Amino acid sequence: MLWEGEDGMSEHEGILVFSEKHDLMLEMLGKGREIADKLQTSLAAVLMGFNVQKKADELIKYGADKVYLVDNQALEHFQIEAYLSVLHNLAVNYKPEIILIGSTRNGKPLAARLATRLEAGCVPDCNRLSVDEERRLVGERITYGGNAAAKITFKAKPQIATVPARAFEKPEPKDHSGQLVKLDVKIEEAKTETVDVKPLETSNVKIEDANVIISCGRGLGKKEDRALLDELATVLCGQVGCSRPLAEDRKWFTEWVGLSGHKVKPKLYIACGISGVIQHVAGIRDAKVIVAINKDEQAPIFEVADYGVVGNLYEILPALKEALKKQLG
Amino acid sequence: MKRIIVCLKQAVDVSQLKVDPATRQLLIASAPKKISDFDKNALEEAVRIKEKLGDVEIFTLTLTSEDAKAVLREALAMGADKAYVVYDPSLKDIDTSGTAYILAEAINKIGGFNLVLCGETSLDSFSGLVGSRLAEMLNLPQISSVRKLSVEGDTVTAERTLEDAVETVKAEMPVLVAVTREINQPRIPSLMMIMKASKKEIVTWTATDLGVPRERLGSKIEVIEVLAPKTERKKIKITGENVQEIADKLAKALIQEGVVGR
Repeated sequence: MLWEGEDGMSEHEGILVFSEKHDLMLEMLGKGREIADKLQTSLAAVLMGFNVQKKADELIKYGADKVYLVDNQALEHFQIEAYLSVLHNLAVNYKPEIILIGSTRNGKPLAARLATRLEAGCVPDCNRLSVDEERRLVGERITYGGNAAAKITFKAKPQIATVPARAFEKPEPKDHSGQLVKLDVKIEEAKTETVDVKPLETSNVKIEDANVIISCGRGLGKKEDRALLDELATVLCGQVGCSRPLAEDRKWFTEWVGLSGHKVKPKLYIACGISGVIQHVAGIRDAKVIVAINKDEQAPIFEVADYGVVGNLYEILPALKEALKKQLG
Repeated sequence: MKRIIVCLKQAVDVSQLKVDPATRQLLIASAPKKISDFDKNALEEAVRIKEKLGDVEIFTLTLTSEDAKAVLREALAMGADKAYVVYDPSLKDIDTSGTAYILAEAINKIGGFNLVLCGETSLDSFSGLVGSRLAEMLNLPQISSVRKLSVEGDTVTAERTLEDAVETVKAEMPVLVAVTREINQPRIPSLMMIMKASKKEIVTWTATDLGVPRERLGSKIEVIEVLAPKTERKKIKITGENVQEIADKLAKALIQEGVVGR
């Protein structure tokens, strides 16, 4: 028998992945597969809900060696106590060395409480994940309001990390073989009661999917002027976004781009009348090309842009639209 | 009488944080500190509940390895009745698990409560784990991502913002609620409130006062590095005689980059 090492890291093996959001689960399976191959270990997905067995095949095609299925009416809707009791049970029984959980509004509390129940460490919102030569998971996350990226590893197992949507590419489905394991787990009763669920009025197209994003900030004089951005977006098959003040203070938009909003990685990001505070910049860091249009030559956005135009967005945007139309033919 | 405990973090004011360009290290020691946004929203919400229900006392709870008196005076001026602070320089490197553990022990020492209010995340580390860890340690019902809150009798009703929906959730007190910045606009205390606050009590404990075993505070994670990201942008200024010329040049550059068109 193995004595538990000083770090208590020896007896755990395998990777366990869970998100209540299907797409995010697939993205994490892609990254999970990569890490599992490197560690020469197995990758398991947790599938919980009610009448969800049909999703198991897809999880296997996306890289899971095993799917732990817990199908129960009590799991039909997300309830933290119920979901937590399932994950805790699996973690105790299968002792994975790595647990990846989707970093959603529900997933993050779930991960934090699982880590607490297991007396484990948790590194949230990892937009990069790797393993070091000692088999330790290394997560990278944005911190200090976008001023820094932190590289964090673990001193004990299991190692729990949460992964935001779109941090990793969804892999190509493969002809991979895996095993479906049906489990009957005692489910904890919910301590809160959900009395109403209203879908949010968001456009069907997710801004994270856009190849081109044209965003406006406080330089936009009035709500109607977003038409200027819409017109350019039409020419470029892109989407319109904004910085936080336009959504939270002026309420002209319901969502925004930035550290506390959507983190995007388009091919092209055009920031119009956006000063470029660090929290906004943290949300666009992974854009391939950033263009800044701003009246203020000193605006910090120019420091993080590939192309900068000092000028009036009300003049530049229509002219840019025409120039692109002409040059693209 | 209902008691609300608001967890307040003294956070680095990230908007005033400077970076050493040579080493990409953050100059954290010289950066000003303030009550973490989000936590301030939690405190504001507590004060609004008190204004509505009347028979409520608000205690704030702060864990810090540096003096936090100035920040706590502001909290008291905003309307908290008493501030508890666990001030212990030896706690500098604890992780979210240790933080939640100490907060839980302090809450147990304070005694009864009906509502624990936290910010959804902190301004500086932006982890968003402590509230949930605390709910787990205190074995409380938890409502996170809350943008609207009401208290009636012993029932809390909250609106949560999720990625694609707004959920209305009910729970019986005691309960832990974590709020987002959407929930309110924190007040700026008047001079009168600031003067009144100087008479309010700040209770200071150390980890030893709480009887916290040191081994329980060992961090489960290890920070390898915290560095400002490298900016590898081209920073090309597009200039021209007129708007037309600028637009043409920019369009050409974007086409050459291969980021527009088919």
